[in-house]
Amino acid sequence: MYSLRGVGMSYDGTAVLRDLALEFEGPQLAAIVGPNGAGKSTLLGILAGLRPQYSGSCLYRGREVRRWPRRAFAREVSFVPQSVRIEFPFTAEQVVLMGRTPHAGGLFESPEDWEAVEHAMRLTDTLSFRHRDFRSLSGGERQLVLLASALAQQPRVLLLDEPTTFLDLKHQIAIYRLLADLSREGLLVIAVTHDLNLAAAYADRVIALRAGCLVADAPPERVVDPGVLREVFGVQTRIAAGPRGRPWILYGE
Amino acid sequence: MASRHAAHRAVVVASLALVAAALLLPLLGPARVDLARAIAGQSPDYEILFETRLPRVLLALLAGGSLAAAGALFQALLRDALATPYTLGVSSGASLGAVLAICFGLEEILGLPGVWAAALLGAAVVLLLVVAIASEGRRMSSFTLLLAGITINSICLALILLLQYLAGFAQSIAIVRWLMGGIEVVPYSTLAALSAAVLPAVGFMCWKAREWNLLSIGEDWAAARGVDATRLLRAGYFAGSFVTGVVAALTGPIGFVGLIVPHALRLKVGADHRVLIPCSFLAGAPFLALCDTLARTALAPTEIPVGVITAMLGGPFFIWLLRSRRRSLWL
Repeated sequence: MYSLRGVGMSYDGTAVLRDLALEFEGPQLAAIVGPNGAGKSTLLGILAGLRPQYSGSCLYRGREVRRWPRRAFAREVSFVPQSVRIEFPFTAEQVVLMGRTPHAGGLFESPEDWEAVEHAMRLTDTLSFRHRDFRSLSGGERQLVLLASALAQQPRVLLLDEPTTFLDLKHQIAIYRLLADLSREGLLVIAVTHDLNLAAAYADRVIALRAGCLVADAPPERVVDPGVLREVFGVQTRIAAGPRGRPWILYGE
Repeated sequence: MASRHAAHRAVVVASLALVAAALLLPLLGPARVDLARAIAGQSPDYEILFETRLPRVLLALLAGGSLAAAGALFQALLRDALATPYTLGVSSGASLGAVLAICFGLEEILGLPGVWAAALLGAAVVLLLVVAIASEGRRMSSFTLLLAGITINSICLALILLLQYLAGFAQSIAIVRWLMGGIEVVPYSTLAALSAAVLPAVGFMCWKAREWNLLSIGEDWAAARGVDATRLLRAGYFAGSFVTGVVAALTGPIGFVGLIVPHALRLKVGADHRVLIPCSFLAGAPFLALCDTLARTALAPTEIPVGVITAMLGGPFFIWLLRSRRRSLWL
């Protein structure tokens, strides 16, 4: 669905992404990993249509991302930020409802809108606090609400920026299982993450960036390898057998 | 759903308050008015009721509603609960225009009273100037808008201070009176013109409420949900500033309404602008009309500046509201 050729991006003359070539074809769960400042979030922003100043070509379904009409694009692609700061007393449910805007005809919600919100909140386990002020929720609860808002958008592509940062172990696993399920149901899911082990356990594909360049793009078994990890992160690791028959990374001095 | 119920109730209560204010407040005042005689067109009851008090109450209703709705909108656009319709300098521009007209003794411009016309012009110049400064190429963010607005606001206030310092004694008094703000008796034709200018803009604010919800969370948040954030921000800024500028040209700067009314309502009806903006208009209108009635009756025949009343009535009320909702105070 995405086809990137020679994609680059610089802020004030400093290149944060260089000459990137990537293809995303069909439903899958892809994890983007790399050290801080590697350009992961910038890449995600470009895919989400939020950073239109990129150079090179980034096609979504054959059309340059920055040329897509915003509303039509929002019905295709949704984006889950790591966190948002909300000033006003919106309830969790109202935050999720905002995901319906690209589908909405008028000023008020349709029955389909409510159905989509209900479904998204059930999937993300957020129904129990639907009427609470978003600002009063814990970091993890907020992150789940943001994911619900993106799911209520009913997209074909789900982009996530470090979706498990604030989550407890149970919810980390639940979210990755949900993302894997969604990709099997036909979504293209692309997540930036620092959690290599969960990425290795659930992703179909791991894309590693370093200093704005592509270092690896392969199934987890091939990227989660001491040699590749040393090249990407500059850290010594050992690989053990993990859950689901996938590799598990041991690290630390 | 509980919150939806509360929203309906708030709209109904605020509408009733508005109607009650329009019907009852003109009856209050130092001179007793016989309603039957006034309706029969008999002097002086007719003149007191229909040619002085009613137009004044109507102006207060329009001004109060507009300022409260614009305040709610600016708070959303700037993602700042302390923003007011005056934060971005439009009213200072209007004031600067009015002060210039007073200093240079302009009685009439293009058939309009000089102070009004100059104030309108000042507001328009500031509005365009702020957008021009805030735009970076074709993009604009609420942050650059805020910076540009606050800067222009400060410059206008400095110029007003300079003019006031240089002005003669009589002019200086006139300037101070204008800067205090106040509701005056205006002809019905002026009220009609004001309604024609302000009500469509308020209607636009209500119509776009779903988009203000998105923008009140963030520009990327809005963009990811299919909205052109820059365009929307600009449209909201124009609508809010237009309303504020037109009202300020007629009344001068009247503080507090645009800050306190949306704030207080948000505690009651929540943050959804589809409810908040109409409720702000419906509740801001009777609030200012009530304040103005107090301003002209409390120490009659002396008038208290209405801005004093809005702050002294609105402030304690707001504190009470905050205390009664202590739970949300520290969020």
